Amino acid sequence: MSEPRLRISHVSKRFGPTAALSGVRLSVAPAEVHAVVGENGAGKSTLMKILSGALTPDDGDILLDGSPYCPADPLDARRRGVAMVYQELSLAPHLSVADNILLGDEPSTAGFVRPAERDARARAALEQLDRADIPLGARTGDLPLAVQQLVEVARSLAQSATRVLILDEPTSSLADDDVRRLFTMIRRLRDRGLSVIYISHVLEEVRAIADRLTVLRDGATVGEGAVADTPTTDIVRMMAGRQLDELFPRSPHTPTETILEFSGVAGVRKPDAASLSLRRGEVVGIGGLVGAGRTELMRLLFGLDPVRRGTIRVASRNGWARPRRRLEQGVGLVSEDRKEEGLALALSVADNVTLTKLRGLGPGPFVLPSRQQHASSTWVDRLRIKCRSTAQSVRELSGGNQQKVAIARLLHHDADVYLLDEPTRGIDVGSKADIYALVDKLALAGKAVLLVSSYLPELLGVCDRVSVMHRGHLGPARPVADLTEHDLLMEATGQA
Amino acid sequence: MSTDSRHRVAQWLARNSWVGPLVALIVLYVLLAVLVPDTFPTAGNVRTMIRQTTVVGIAALGMTLVVILGGIDLSVGSTVALTTVVIAYLLQAGVSPMMAAAGGVMMGAACGVFNGVLITSLRVMPFIVTLGAMGIIRGAAKGLAHEQKIDAPVTWLNNLIAELPDGSRWQLLPPGVWLLVILAVVVTVLLRYTRFGRHVFAVGSNEQTARLCGVNVPGVKVAVYVISSALAGIAGIMQFSRLTVGDPTVANGLELDVIAAVVIGGGTLSGGEGSILGSIVGAMLMTEIKTGGTHLGLSNWVQEIITGVIIIVAVALDRLRHRRTAA
Repeated sequence: MSEPRLRISHVSKRFGPTAALSGVRLSVAPAEVHAVVGENGAGKSTLMKILSGALTPDDGDILLDGSPYCPADPLDARRRGVAMVYQELSLAPHLSVADNILLGDEPSTAGFVRPAERDARARAALEQLDRADIPLGARTGDLPLAVQQLVEVARSLAQSATRVLILDEPTSSLADDDVRRLFTMIRRLRDRGLSVIYISHVLEEVRAIADRLTVLRDGATVGEGAVADTPTTDIVRMMAGRQLDELFPRSPHTPTETILEFSGVAGVRKPDAASLSLRRGEVVGIGGLVGAGRTELMRLLFGLDPVRRGTIRVASRNGWARPRRRLEQGVGLVSEDRKEEGLALALSVADNVTLTKLRGLGPGPFVLPSRQQHASSTWVDRLRIKCRSTAQSVRELSGGNQQKVAIARLLHHDADVYLLDEPTRGIDVGSKADIYALVDKLALAGKAVLLVSSYLPELLGVCDRVSVMHRGHLGPARPVADLTEHDLLMEATGQA
Repeated sequence: MSTDSRHRVAQWLARNSWVGPLVALIVLYVLLAVLVPDTFPTAGNVRTMIRQTTVVGIAALGMTLVVILGGIDLSVGSTVALTTVVIAYLLQAGVSPMMAAAGGVMMGAACGVFNGVLITSLRVMPFIVTLGAMGIIRGAAKGLAHEQKIDAPVTWLNNLIAELPDGSRWQLLPPGVWLLVILAVVVTVLLRYTRFGRHVFAVGSNEQTARLCGVNVPGVKVAVYVISSALAGIAGIMQFSRLTVGDPTVANGLELDVIAAVVIGGGTLSGGEGSILGSIVGAMLMTEIKTGGTHLGLSNWVQEIITGVIIIVAVALDRLRHRRTAA
């Protein structure tokens, strides 16, 4: 291999007592797509913040084309050729496309923007993506999400110096067509000599796009190599630090009567005509790519969105119902978006756990804090939620513990049907294992679990049956014994 | 009309949010002209309405910047009052009218430095800081004036927004109104054609992004609050001109009229949106409602209710338009 474009050695970063990074190494060649993979909390984002100039490392060396690289701030990093596209799009939605592309670096005379030059540079950047058709004057917020992402990539390319492009989970909000288009674009940029650092924990994507990869765990590099020479099982083992089967406890489940049944259910956009029946004592998984319509289905079932067609039956009760009624019927939802939707972050653990069922925690209309704390502390112990006390605000807990609080709410509610939407997204491995064990126990206790997940090993490891959704269409639920990751992936991408 | 061009019209309307209020302004004018043809549509009455809009209009220029930035400034009324007191004091002390006015604007700008620095350094929400500043500045004005009106010698400052004398009718409008027009053009150019203007929009639209792109976010914020308060100072000169005395209790609640003008004109309190033209039209619309109400013989309380309804309807229509284009 020739001289690397970017070489990072022994980089460390501490936040107070916790070491976010300890001795990371990473070496990226020119004209290479290099994947950086790792569980959440492995240090990927800290490393990328250092590269993009948002943080400075405590220790270690970074060389960019052989010379020391230590950017003062993000603009400095961009000027020196390292540009980052963030997972949460960082565009100003009210500004025009051209203004966004040149934001912070507008060509100007005495403070007055030179519009002709701004537009020329913005157009040149879009032409590099072969997307000169994107209107420069359009309000960025009016454009589709995938186009907005291209605008953000174009912003990186507007710096002629750009040598390293960092993409942080770029597909997390894209439909599969747009993912394919994004990959074509990444390859084109690579072929022009750009180094692309691709951050993801979706290994299928890494296989599809990356040439080489580096695996991070607990703030350190634990593996690197050519993607083609590294089997997926090895990558997963390096990421998790343990064998997968240890993660998934499995007891034989004995499904009994049907408790949730829906047929031909269609929403305003997605899904179209989804049918499934879920029995007590079983775990059914719904796989598929992000944007396939799985969250929309969960929202329909829980009554958050209107149903356009089809029937939903819970136990013996027919028809669509609002969340309030659903909860009375014993149906509970853990939202995929725990920060915005799932939890009241400012409130305490006790408040969050007891929110749906405050009745019985005091005489008449009153709620006694002592009873609230007593009720919630049971679940805190059983789920091993790490918090100072049940009075601690949920905002202060780690992602894994927040997720456990969201699930504890359904347990306190004593729900019969658990709709879990990506319950392990963005949480640490230990919490994942706890949640898998809990799902297993729920099934044993005769509850029914409907689990949406984008993580294939999880679907195969936890569920009894799995059904795959592709562009709003829900396939038949089949026993996991008959399925492989390959089957699921083919079906999820519409190739089955 | 094809769906495509209809969509384009809808988008154009959403982006040019001053159109709606302007249509409302004209429709209301025609309506009142029909209802009270003898007194309302006269040249004299139109001039009076324009003159009465000057104070709110000038303050609204600054507030538009603040609202686009995603902030709010509740201290505008107090700043106007303090400015009138300062000007009266300086005139009493024998300072030339021009210097006295400049002193008033400087005092306004100082209030803006206070707001901007506290907002950026303490990281306290603008609503809280300027709510506090509203009390502090009002109190300072009262203390400075010993809780009395301060008389000032008669100077040309008193004629800034007065009806023009017969000999100078060729000027069409008094100098204060022309100043409003000039300032409106200057601020529009600042917003549209300078890096600073783009940065104001960027910070209001997505502060995080602006920071990532190397925009000096605290600098932009302080500058906007200083400009806004300096403009409140200029509005204070106009207020002084109308009163001819320094009055620490004047312009109580003015900030709410100013915010209403900006919001009617398409500004959203979440930031990133707003236009100078819209704010001016918003201010005009409110004057028109008040004047029209008086001409119709409506009681004060009816006018207040109508103004309140207009604010809510204007913003609700704006939201509706946005939802249309988003879908």
